[in-house]
Amino acid sequence: MNSKVADRIATTIFYLIAATIVTVLVGLLGYILFHGFSKLNIDFLTSPSSSFRAGGGIGNQLFNSFYILFLTMVFTVPLGLGGGIYMAEYARPGRLTNAIRTCIEVLASLPSIVIGMFGLLMFVNLTGWGYSILGGALALTVFNLPVMVRVCEDALRTVARDQKEASLALGITHWHTIKTVLLPAAFPSILTGAILASGRVFGEAAALLFTAGLTTPTLDFSNWNPFDSTSPLNIFRPAETLAVHIWAVNTQGLIPDVREVADGSSAVLIISVLLFNLLARWIGSVVHKKITASK
Amino acid sequence: MDNKTMTMAASQRLLKKSNKSALQKEKRGKYLVLASALLIITATIAITIFLGTKGLQAFISNGVSLYEFLTSTKWNPTAENPLYGAVPFILGSFAVTILSALIAAPLGIGGAIFMTEIAPSWGKKILQPVIELLVGIPSVVYGFIGLSVLVPFLRDTVGGQGFSLLAGMIVLSIMILPTVTSIATDAMSSLPKGLRESSYAIGATRWQTIWRVLVPAAMPTLLTAIVLGMARAFGEALAVQMVIGNVRSLPSAITDPSATLTTIITLNMGHTTFGSVENNVLWSLALILLVMSFIFILLIRYLSSRRQF
Repeated sequence: MNSKVADRIATTIFYLIAATIVTVLVGLLGYILFHGFSKLNIDFLTSPSSSFRAGGGIGNQLFNSFYILFLTMVFTVPLGLGGGIYMAEYARPGRLTNAIRTCIEVLASLPSIVIGMFGLLMFVNLTGWGYSILGGALALTVFNLPVMVRVCEDALRTVARDQKEASLALGITHWHTIKTVLLPAAFPSILTGAILASGRVFGEAAALLFTAGLTTPTLDFSNWNPFDSTSPLNIFRPAETLAVHIWAVNTQGLIPDVREVADGSSAVLIISVLLFNLLARWIGSVVHKKITASK
Repeated sequence: MDNKTMTMAASQRLLKKSNKSALQKEKRGKYLVLASALLIITATIAITIFLGTKGLQAFISNGVSLYEFLTSTKWNPTAENPLYGAVPFILGSFAVTILSALIAAPLGIGGAIFMTEIAPSWGKKILQPVIELLVGIPSVVYGFIGLSVLVPFLRDTVGGQGFSLLAGMIVLSIMILPTVTSIATDAMSSLPKGLRESSYAIGATRWQTIWRVLVPAAMPTLLTAIVLGMARAFGEALAVQMVIGNVRSLPSAITDPSATLTTIITLNMGHTTFGSVENNVLWSLALILLVMSFIFILLIRYLSSRRQF
């Protein structure tokens, strides 16, 4: 076999590999959207789920998912910003910085089930809260924190040096420069990164199994007192999220219409994650245009 | 008089008090961000200590034999004479991890080479978003598709129950494919242009350039890509649990059902009493997961220290 033939065969194989990867994605998305789309209607999206009978919806799960996501981001964004600012602006090469970097790496690569078990020890048993939305959100904060720190650090590092130096040269303190010059300039990339991270948090299930639990109490959506046990806003109630629901109906569900519910839920989950992706790109570019002079 | 107001204004502008408050803000800001950075260290140490002590409890206070735990293949914690042999799960985890890496590595690296060498103009525009979307698909959705499409398909074609090591391997290989591909793409595109050009200049074909020059040069990073993929596969819980069949015995063939460390934890954590022996051995399994992810990180560190480009 001469080298030209070998080259041609290899090229064909590479094309085949690329085609395989594209086919896998198209197949997956196509399957989910094709099967799930017909199940999507207002009733399915808003009615509460049923544990025995067919025809249950995913209203509570959908609400729980967004609520836990919201709380997680409330915890993660300030902490991630703080960590990112420290790593980008204050960290000097040395032992402490190395230790923080190693820890970010360790946290980022921990399996989510391990984070879920840590959450079970720390936020469920030690605090005595039991399965709760707050516990779930805190576990997801641990899960999401390394990502947010990296996003913020990278965003701050890509701000042009001149801008920072110009501000410092005017006699403005370092902290004030960070607040008024660096953060606004880095805001579009931080926002994009945060929305992308939200997509990851939204689909996470393993870390929530033992922290937010597999059940949702009966919720009264007219009761907005966060301290009442039937209120959807109560952060100390257990809450099954959409991703956990897909797992639960498939592995321990008793309802006869498992396939329909799982199909519909998967479609909602995938569409939400796709929307997070598109939104991140779109908002990133819009905000970037708005607050910078670039076209 | 003019002179006096001038100096007044200047001294007002340069009030020591305001300088002090700026200095204080500077300090407060610095400590604030330092605190959030230190929180990351605290969290990591807390996870290690909590899971470490909890994971060792079964051996220290419940008298489970560590030797039996790591060498016996019999697992039956609810029997009259409870047996705690974790070998089926440890081997199961390693088996799905290695098998899925065997599929994902050639596909992922092939995809990366396609993007950087074969069709750099349009290949990247198509494959890059595909990879990003694959990353975004939640693991339960992979598990659900595996359960509703792959398992029945395997049942009809290769026989058996369909729930098998093979199903777990296929689902995991798709899940880790984007990890491998994106890092492998970075590895290939960070190679200096000169390598490629000098290889072409001495008459090598594209395949010879890829195989003899570029892949060896990028090898440490390509291995990092595979190890990161394996780390993800090793820790993945729900998707694997939904398709692997969850039995306590060792599989004798790739089409047999099996179990992994993560699947047994997922299945039993919820319905064992906290603090009981059956529960504590699950924490020991979690400790193995933790130790393995540390080993994966050490491996990645070693590989990145050998990077040439």
